[in-house]
Amino acid sequence: MSEQPILSVRNLNTEFVLQEGKVARALEDVSFDICPGQTIGLVGESGCGKTTTLMSVMRLLPSSGRITNGNIRFKNINLLGLSERQMRDYRWKEMSIIFQGAMNALNPVMTVGDQIREPILLHGLMDREKADARVDELLDLVGIPHARRDQYPHQYSGGMRQRAMIAMALACKPSLLFADEPTTALDVMVQAQVLELLKEIQERLKLAIVLVTHDLGVVAEVCDSVVVMYGGKVAEYGSSDDIYNRPQHPYTQRLLASFPDLNRPGESLASIPGTPPRLTQLPPGCRFAPRCHKVIEKCQQATPPILEVETEHYAACHLCQGTEARFQ
Amino acid sequence: MTQHDLLEVRDLYKYFPIHQSILDMLRRKPPNYVKAVDGVSFSLARGEVLAIVGESGCGKTTIARTLIGLEEQTDGEILFQGECVGAQERRLRAGLAPLESAGTVGTREHLALPRIALKRLRQQAQMIFQDPYESLNPRSTIFEIVAEPLVVHGLSRSRGERAARVKKALEDAGLRPAEDFSMRYPHELSGGQRQRVVIAGAMVLQPELLIADEPVSMLDVSIRAEILNLLNDLRRQSGVSIVFITHDLGTVGFFADRLAVMYLGRIVESGPVKEVVANPSHPYTKALLSVVPVPNPRLRRERVILQGETPNAADVPNGCRFHPRCPVVMEKCKETDPEYKTVGDGHQAACWLI
Amino acid sequence: MNERWILFKRNVTDFWRTFRRNKLGLIGAVLVLSAVLVAVFAPAFSPYKPTDVIRDENGRGLTFAPPSVHGPLGTDDAGRDVWTQLVYGARISIMVGFLAGFIAMFIGSLFGITAGYYGGSVDTLLMRITDILLVIPDLPLMLVLVATMRQMDLHISPLIVLVIVIGLLYWTSTARLIRSQVLTIKERQFVARARAIGAGHAHIIRKHILPQIMPLIVANTVLILSTAILVESGLAFLGLGDPTQPSWGTMLNFAFDRSAITNGAWWFYLPPGFAIVWVTLGCVLLGNVLEEMLNPRLTEHHLEGEQHMVSLPDAQSLSGSGSEAVS
Repeated sequence: MSEQPILSVRNLNTEFVLQEGKVARALEDVSFDICPGQTIGLVGESGCGKTTTLMSVMRLLPSSGRITNGNIRFKNINLLGLSERQMRDYRWKEMSIIFQGAMNALNPVMTVGDQIREPILLHGLMDREKADARVDELLDLVGIPHARRDQYPHQYSGGMRQRAMIAMALACKPSLLFADEPTTALDVMVQAQVLELLKEIQERLKLAIVLVTHDLGVVAEVCDSVVVMYGGKVAEYGSSDDIYNRPQHPYTQRLLASFPDLNRPGESLASIPGTPPRLTQLPPGCRFAPRCHKVIEKCQQATPPILEVETEHYAACHLCQGTEARFQ
Repeated sequence: MTQHDLLEVRDLYKYFPIHQSILDMLRRKPPNYVKAVDGVSFSLARGEVLAIVGESGCGKTTIARTLIGLEEQTDGEILFQGECVGAQERRLRAGLAPLESAGTVGTREHLALPRIALKRLRQQAQMIFQDPYESLNPRSTIFEIVAEPLVVHGLSRSRGERAARVKKALEDAGLRPAEDFSMRYPHELSGGQRQRVVIAGAMVLQPELLIADEPVSMLDVSIRAEILNLLNDLRRQSGVSIVFITHDLGTVGFFADRLAVMYLGRIVESGPVKEVVANPSHPYTKALLSVVPVPNPRLRRERVILQGETPNAADVPNGCRFHPRCPVVMEKCKETDPEYKTVGDGHQAACWLI
Repeated sequence: MNERWILFKRNVTDFWRTFRRNKLGLIGAVLVLSAVLVAVFAPAFSPYKPTDVIRDENGRGLTFAPPSVHGPLGTDDAGRDVWTQLVYGARISIMVGFLAGFIAMFIGSLFGITAGYYGGSVDTLLMRITDILLVIPDLPLMLVLVATMRQMDLHISPLIVLVIVIGLLYWTSTARLIRSQVLTIKERQFVARARAIGAGHAHIIRKHILPQIMPLIVANTVLILSTAILVESGLAFLGLGDPTQPSWGTMLNFAFDRSAITNGAWWFYLPPGFAIVWVTLGCVLLGNVLEEMLNPRLTEHHLEGEQHMVSLPDAQSLSGSGSEAVS
């Protein structure tokens, strides 16, 4: 990570105010970096705060949510210090997002070509003619034949819709792309096609990608570094190789062991009993303690600090050895 | 009885007629069909787990629905414990000739079903659905849901006996103590627990055959492992046979004995899991295996990514149905459909390259 | 039995807890309940009978006496107490409205469920009947029907005629609504599961379809009640009510006939009008709130779980049952 990170998130804290004034601490001290041309994976079970992290960085939280602390630096500009109007200029032009359900994210009564053109015109980047040329360029990039430009989303298959979403996200030449479960609803083969496409585009455009997914296989396939999240906190953060081959946090270890591997058939799968904590009823101490197979007394009482266990490999567990992490 | 396989499917066809406009009818256009299942045969021994793998639209769910009687097959035989259930039997009883040429396949037949045979099948074969959020009635309690098969089949009529069977089914499915769950509603449970309830409801009749349609694809990774382990335990304890339908080859190796790979309504390769995984013969199987994500960045390998998508089942290509996407296509493939060839012990594939 | 009772109690308390928060719903409930109470205990609200003629000290009938002369609402052209008529009229209006509403609801539900569940030609047939009824203008048709039924000398009270005619004509929207609900429920997986278990149609309708649409039926009944009361008032105003058992509509009819308006006897025609508004408004408020509350809850999905957590913090999903089974 010698390069200057394009986005660095430091100690991000986000809460949601619920009915009756209850507060759900959705994110607590989330930190990570991403460099141009890199892919970082945010992994975890449902409700671990993956999507909330994305929405916090884009500053698209619903009205009940607010960022209470932290620092988000994008190209050395503090995003949290910007006004809403200034922020609007960043969205799509600098950072864009691919949503999970391609069908819901596309407008059913607008042709795909028009929808790809929309953000270009909206940001006033170029005139109509040039924008049309840009749409063709984008369609080439994601492998949609020009002839299908004037079709409607329902005439597209799931994979093609996801391609259209990617084209839309790339319309204003962003340097950072968020992908929220981009392949979840897709078949393995289409998933492979979409991932391949993302990789290709990344190489060509030197794009930084934040991939949010619950699928460890997908992450291993495409990510350079991984943030494993649990209950709104970072459990472990490091390069893919560190995470998959030297996992330090018990949660990561279990998560990996629960992944059925075709090459090791017949082995009983590890499982993590129980369910992730509710954000309004967080256990004291380590949030993973109630489900942890290696739990010790200390875990119930004190929140583990984020430790640097190896160079640029961080884990938040009392059982790990290391110096307390200091992010610049 | 014992020499029969538990389940045998011979030349199963399921065609769905495509709705025609009045204009088409006036022009006397021949009716068109979605050939969801287009000639599938397989068998399942007692205690065996057969995995049917394929992409969406390949007809695997239609097979499940036909097996359980939610759809009626267009043609073909389903033998359960050596006895016929379904359309063919009905045709024979009605004194009709069996369907032969594909031209007559799909003629509307609504002959009365031999209810008893079907009901017995349903008692002995149960289905687990994909979506645990959808397959439970939100207004029934867990007890009512699990007891429903008993009520429907008029079994265990006494209150105490019924309660005992439900309790046992819930606890076998890992919901312990059962009392904590039986009076709750589905929305109060987590996804994994709901799928356990579905499994308890399927196992309460002590069926011989379980048809699991993507039972874990909607669940989180850690819960996925729990449910797979549970199914594996149930199978060891009760000896139930399982037809396991999935698009995820990763989960197949975990507990299936045999594997059938489907493409566009037909099985292209089948055999023992280890054999097929180690030695895939059909180019489609090879491609599928190569794109299964491996949870280790060091093991990233060359993947065979097929371009395009599965063609529409209403418009099946001539010759080998895989040829438009096949990376190793030959002239011959475009004209004639390959037959099954034996590759190894119980391992068959349909490809001209073998 | 005991467990069922506990469950029932829990459901009712849950319902009440959500309902209590909704101001409009509460107002609606108060409006409707007060009217029903007045109707049921009518004699307690007035010392007179609706046919009693109020006389002054000279023994002459007090006609068109304003509220200042005879309280609380004065008298009509024949010297009868308007308040008493209003209180007793509530009985007729509400009874006709409720009976007709329930008939409409019953037919509508039956048609809707049958058409939606069985589909195919049954559906087509039932829905065509519904369409035909929908396109015929209601009022002329009702006038004709009521008139014909009266002519037929069936020896049934004109009120029953009204009930039947309204009940037989106002089920169409309900049938359509319920049919569309059944169509979606029918395709849901738990119905497929029930079929896979081997359940018959009766079992599926009773155990799986009905409980899902029951809330809709309840909410819709309340809305239909308001329509039925309005229609009854309309017909009675046109003179098709029972003059011996005056409803609010009949009162309006009398007021109009006996030139209460030209006489400036506002206490004669305003109160029944307000009463009608009172009940129908109550029904509409209550019905809308019930519909909102009881509508089949959106099922949450695992991959949407997070967004739910974010965007609609549902008290139940966040703070409900905490204990988890550990396998």
